[in-house]
Amino acid sequence: MDSQEKLRDEVLKSVAQAQSLDTLEQIRVGALGKKGSITGLMKELGALAQEARREAGAALNRLKDEIEGAIHSASSELKDKELTRRLAEERVDITLPVEVETQGRIHPISQTIDELTAIFGEMGFTVAEGPHIEDDFYNFTALNIPPEHPARQEQDTFYLPQRQDGSRRVLRTHTSPVQIRTMLSQRPPIRIIVPGRTFRSDHDATHSPMFHQVEGLVIDKASHMGHLKGCLIEFCRAFFDIDDLPVRFRPSYFPFTEPSAEVDIGCSREGGGLKIGAGGDWLEILGSGMVHPKVLENCNIDPNEYQGFAFGMGIERIAMLKYGIPDLRTFYETDLRWLRHYGFVPLDVPSMVGGLSR
Amino acid sequence: MKTTLAWLRTHLDTTATLDELVAALVMLGLEVDGIEDRSKALKPFTAAKVISAVQHPNADKLRVCIVETGLGQVQVVCGAPNARAGMVGVFAPVGSVIPRNGMELREGTIRGEASRGMLCSAYEMGISEDHEGIIELPLDTPVGASFAQVAGLDDPVLDIKITPNRGDCLGVRGIARDLAAAGFGKLRPIDETPVPGTFASPIHIHLAGPDAKACPLFVGRTIRNVKNGPSPRWLQERLLAIGLRPISALVDITNFMTFDVNRPFHAFDAGKVAGDIVVRGARPNETVEALNGKTYTLDPEMTVVADDKGVQSLGGVIGSASSGCDETTTTVFLEAALFDPIRTAATGRKLNVQSDARYRFERGLDPEFVTTGMEIATRLVLELCGGEASEVTASGAVPDWKRTYRFRPERTQTLGGVEVSADDSRVILESLGCGVSWGEQSGFAVLPASWRGDIIGEADLVEEVLRIRGYGQIPAIPMERETALPKIALSPAQRRVGFVRRALAARGLDEAVTYSFMPQAQAELFGGGAADLRVDNPISADLDAMRPSILPNLIVAAQRNADRGFADLGLFEVGPQYANDTPEGQALMATGLRAGRTGPKRWDDPGRATDVYMAKADAMAALAAAGAPIENLQASADPPAWYHPGRAGSLRLGPKVMAYFGEIHPAILTKLDAKGPMAGFEIFLDEVPLPRTKAGRARPLLKLSAFQPVERDFAFVVDRDLAAAKLLNAARQADKKLVTGVRLFDVYQGTGLPEGKKSLAINVTLQPEAATLTEVEIEGFSKRLVAAVEKATGGTLRA
Repeated sequence: MDSQEKLRDEVLKSVAQAQSLDTLEQIRVGALGKKGSITGLMKELGALAQEARREAGAALNRLKDEIEGAIHSASSELKDKELTRRLAEERVDITLPVEVETQGRIHPISQTIDELTAIFGEMGFTVAEGPHIEDDFYNFTALNIPPEHPARQEQDTFYLPQRQDGSRRVLRTHTSPVQIRTMLSQRPPIRIIVPGRTFRSDHDATHSPMFHQVEGLVIDKASHMGHLKGCLIEFCRAFFDIDDLPVRFRPSYFPFTEPSAEVDIGCSREGGGLKIGAGGDWLEILGSGMVHPKVLENCNIDPNEYQGFAFGMGIERIAMLKYGIPDLRTFYETDLRWLRHYGFVPLDVPSMVGGLSR
Repeated sequence: MKTTLAWLRTHLDTTATLDELVAALVMLGLEVDGIEDRSKALKPFTAAKVISAVQHPNADKLRVCIVETGLGQVQVVCGAPNARAGMVGVFAPVGSVIPRNGMELREGTIRGEASRGMLCSAYEMGISEDHEGIIELPLDTPVGASFAQVAGLDDPVLDIKITPNRGDCLGVRGIARDLAAAGFGKLRPIDETPVPGTFASPIHIHLAGPDAKACPLFVGRTIRNVKNGPSPRWLQERLLAIGLRPISALVDITNFMTFDVNRPFHAFDAGKVAGDIVVRGARPNETVEALNGKTYTLDPEMTVVADDKGVQSLGGVIGSASSGCDETTTTVFLEAALFDPIRTAATGRKLNVQSDARYRFERGLDPEFVTTGMEIATRLVLELCGGEASEVTASGAVPDWKRTYRFRPERTQTLGGVEVSADDSRVILESLGCGVSWGEQSGFAVLPASWRGDIIGEADLVEEVLRIRGYGQIPAIPMERETALPKIALSPAQRRVGFVRRALAARGLDEAVTYSFMPQAQAELFGGGAADLRVDNPISADLDAMRPSILPNLIVAAQRNADRGFADLGLFEVGPQYANDTPEGQALMATGLRAGRTGPKRWDDPGRATDVYMAKADAMAALAAAGAPIENLQASADPPAWYHPGRAGSLRLGPKVMAYFGEIHPAILTKLDAKGPMAGFEIFLDEVPLPRTKAGRARPLLKLSAFQPVERDFAFVVDRDLAAAKLLNAARQADKKLVTGVRLFDVYQGTGLPEGKKSLAINVTLQPEAATLTEVEIEGFSKRLVAAVEKATGGTLRA
């Protein structure tokens, strides 16, 4: 028994002194390996009488468990120490700068068109498009603007060269020709918006030779001025995100609508700055009206059966008002500083359910 | 169209305030653009009495005056000949700003005499061209009284925007008529009774074309023994208030008639008219020296008023200098006519003459008011210039303007959205001068007023009723949708444009929007510049060609940004380019450009210069966003001429080009004054096939293999100019079922390889479906792959 006691003390002592996992392994092999000291004692048990063998075997097993336990806990301890050392070594400067902003920006015109689509889409409108180089017929004649009409003089039209048949194509002066193309190609009911490029021969601080408009057209059997008002009031309030935005309709004139109305929204100009909302002043933002019976006739739609309304507005204008962009010309200058300041992150997709703007 | 409040009140008997009238006008569709209060600028100036005026000791033409201003006596030095003791003048104190020149008046010494203020002329006040002497106010004017008030200049000027259809409101009376109809007072009567003529007009009128429409009616009258001096103050003030220069009584009367009752006149000096007056088409190359001092060459499409000597005026546009009235005129021949709106507009446009007459004739004038207008004008001439009037001589007739339209009172509700009773509608229409009777087909028969040529149907009548009732009375009704949930607003083709846009932005490119036109020279560099796409009337020579590509705009923009210190950038635009002038010639493009380096030098990323592969990656990412099957795309080295011939190509799906990509040709960059390298791409979005939706939305069933995939690497030595795609394709085809991925991970040329060779190393992923691959199977596959690649590429497995 003394020898066992001695062996135990020796092994446990060397386990406690071990400085590495390798040493521990040597100790384990020396004690518990095939030729190990404990294993050797186990082998000697066979020579003992049955009763003595059971007793000695149990004692030896206890010793074996004890040594295994000691090696295991010493090994865990060494591993922990090793990890702690490695972690200390792996320390880096976490204040080093990293690149977060690798995204580009969406142009305010695109974003505004997406907003318009979200709002009018909710009201049952679909998006229609059309060519920029137009026939005189679609841009003027079908819209009740005959060649001698004063309105034609007021729209500074870009012309392309005369063709062999004497006709001259124009760069569309408004998105309204898409009304005509739509009415000629599909039967009512019609409910479309038409965002797109338009061109007028005008260039100064508040005019650009190219700009964007959105057109709206509703044709059915019952829509009237009351619906026009309802539709546009809802739009203005949703777009500018002001629930109590005052909206005013004034009589006006467009060759392609009758009755016609211009639409103002409330604003305040106090202190020199323009603020959209209830403020005692008015700001014109769009033109509208009931589609002129002649326009319907020009599109082979019977004005005694069908009627509806149309409206149009400048996309840059409403974007400038909503987002406080001061200068129209800057939209087309592709100045990186401007694009990054006024642009929108790509994940910011407007929707009426998720939110129009943030 | 301008008027003053007081002028408006000469036609409108109203108790409404300025604010009320302005609000009413706006809601009638007569938008008030501005209200100018001239009294503001005149505020500092007051009536002052000259106590004494003595000769300046050192200047012959100056006088030293002592002036009582009401706030004390002040000495001023004055050069006006009419400055004298006892008179009442207009005093400008030190510190006031003279309206004419905007100069602040300072205290000064003039030739040794102190001057602390000024006595002003009408010229200096900005109210007249008369600078002969200082203003003399009535002697009973209280000293210290506001000059603006005393002179009646505290009358605000309204600037009213008249829409093109409302020609009838181009006279103050027309505006008053609308206000009266809307219940803002009563229209005052105007004396229209004929002035009896005492002799027959010696000048007769002959209408001779060019056709009957050119001048349907011409009314004339001779008035002799007139004295044509300056017009009276009330008339001058009205003209000045709306920005017209008073000239002489006769000319001022014609201008006044134009703006007061919207009836243009022309006044000929009868002494300068030779023979009778003929209205005819101009003779080819006939010329006229107009009142504005310019000489115009005419053509037969233009209507002229001529005498025996030649053209005396361009009908409805402008008069001639030779027969105009001046202070020597003693006999005047007044013309009131109707000229064809279309021809008048065309003449004015061709000759580039803007005139108040043209503006009105173009928009159509009241055909019933020609003779009436003549009586009103005659009365004014007799009153202001004396003389005696001839009988009226007229040629032609009032054209038939009468027409009736059915008006169904329920249309105010069904079209206008507001219920207005039949009686109320009738009252409104009658108040606007329409004749209303009960028609046969359940509705009114409405005869629009003679001055409302713009009303041409029931919709116009509905608008009239709504306008007077007030658009504010129309209840707003929410739009009802046909379906409980909205339809999809965007077509699949439209929707994917948004995906492409946002995918490119997410890759770090900023979205630009640039003009659809560009300089012709740039268009030519990018395959454009065709004659049918040149703008005839460009805004500037820089914007005269419809763009054949968006790239030049982006290249120029990138260089502009580089010049500002932002050389490393990525831009894109989703927009049109134009191949011809038909709708089909317009293509929707997603075009992008990268310039400089991937970014500034960073501690963790040295970055790299823009190259063809970045453009290719952008293009493929955008095509993927558009839904193109990018694994089937084939790159071919056949780029258009504006790309680097060896570092660019096309991406095709079968034979169809989906995109171009690559480095921009250095010579092109030089021509655009841009510094490279720049690499770009152009995606033909319309060409990308749309997904087939017939099969429904369900995805194919996902089959997952239970067995481990295996990866193997191979390297091949091939000819240096071998297209890598060929090798990759051969590897993929080696066993279509087993190979699920082939990735090129190394391209090497140089030491250790024979001249003219390169090494391409690939990693191949094998995915068994039925059982785990055995070493023997893998070995067998490897042999097949090597054989296939070697056969396809002529290369050999690298030892």
